[in-house]
Amino acid sequence: MEAGLLDVRIWRGGDEGAFASYRVPARENQTVLDVVTEVQRCFEPSLAYRFSCRVGVCGSCAMTVNGAPRWTCRTHVKRVADDGALTIEPLRHLPLVKDLVSDVETFFDKWTQVGVFEGTATRAEPPAAVAPTSRERAAADAAIQCINCAVCYAACDVVGWDHDYLGPAALNRAWTLVNDVRVADRHGALERAMGEGGCHSCHSHGACMEHCPVGLSPTASIAGLKRTAFWSLLKGRAA
Amino acid sequence: MSGRGLGLWAALGHRLSGVALAAFLPLHFLALGLALEGADRFDSFLRFSDLPLVKLAELGLVVFLSLHLLFGLRVLAIELLPWPSADGQRLRLVYAGVAMTAVAAIAFVVSVV
Repeated sequence: MEAGLLDVRIWRGGDEGAFASYRVPARENQTVLDVVTEVQRCFEPSLAYRFSCRVGVCGSCAMTVNGAPRWTCRTHVKRVADDGALTIEPLRHLPLVKDLVSDVETFFDKWTQVGVFEGTATRAEPPAAVAPTSRERAAADAAIQCINCAVCYAACDVVGWDHDYLGPAALNRAWTLVNDVRVADRHGALERAMGEGGCHSCHSHGACMEHCPVGLSPTASIAGLKRTAFWSLLKGRAA
Repeated sequence: MSGRGLGLWAALGHRLSGVALAAFLPLHFLALGLALEGADRFDSFLRFSDLPLVKLAELGLVVFLSLHLLFGLRVLAIELLPWPSADGQRLRLVYAGVAMTAVAAIAFVVSVV
């Protein structure tokens, strides 16, 4: 590595594309997203990538950085560069649109496939009183801060093997529905989560939990779904 | 070890030890079958099993059996018991399985060699 310069390799094109190399000045407090932005502004105006908030809230800037899926806006170059070298690729397990942009449609389709929130109350009624300390609320709270960045989906071994698998984020979402007492059909949410491509496909490798940028544990949520499904089956309630 | 990829290694260990045990089973039945066919053939089989290389294979068998049993219990604990915390504590049961397998392997070596 030349002093003060990063060796950056970025995927260009579609599935049949190739890496292009760039020399980007190394700076203090530089994130991987800063590097990609600098490449686009200074060297490669046609480089496609996706970002929005730049502060770790919106979940749109995830890419594969030196082999691991990461949120690039909160990933400091110093922490991940390998002797000044960065290899930046699109997220795995999703169809590639161009350069660093993956098509996240299947990811969000699976998210809605486990069910959307449908409550028992209407807007006219007062908000439900839910004790924050109740067991179910604690379980839902532990899973609820997902930013939909698809890092877990890209990290999951099972998603790579089985494209029908719902994946960690969707099942993590299912776990919040199953535990949310305001949801009208909690058993239906459980049944969707234990159906085809559901929680029983998980091998508990824990890659989602290891890579989740906001520190959630979809592995724990999926284990919760499996456990609930098992006892529900024993009690004769499952389909 | 940071624990990264730990679950994958545990799953691989569980499956490969299962395959190894399945491959061993026909040999085990063969030994039992020989015992039924008469003392001579069974005695010659027992002499064969005293060979050092065969002893080493038996050590492998003990290790595979122990790993498969303990990693299987780990999967049951992951899937059927509530997790003490949402982090990887439950997944790290793999270390307990490896440690107990090491104890079993040492016990086998001490008692047989």
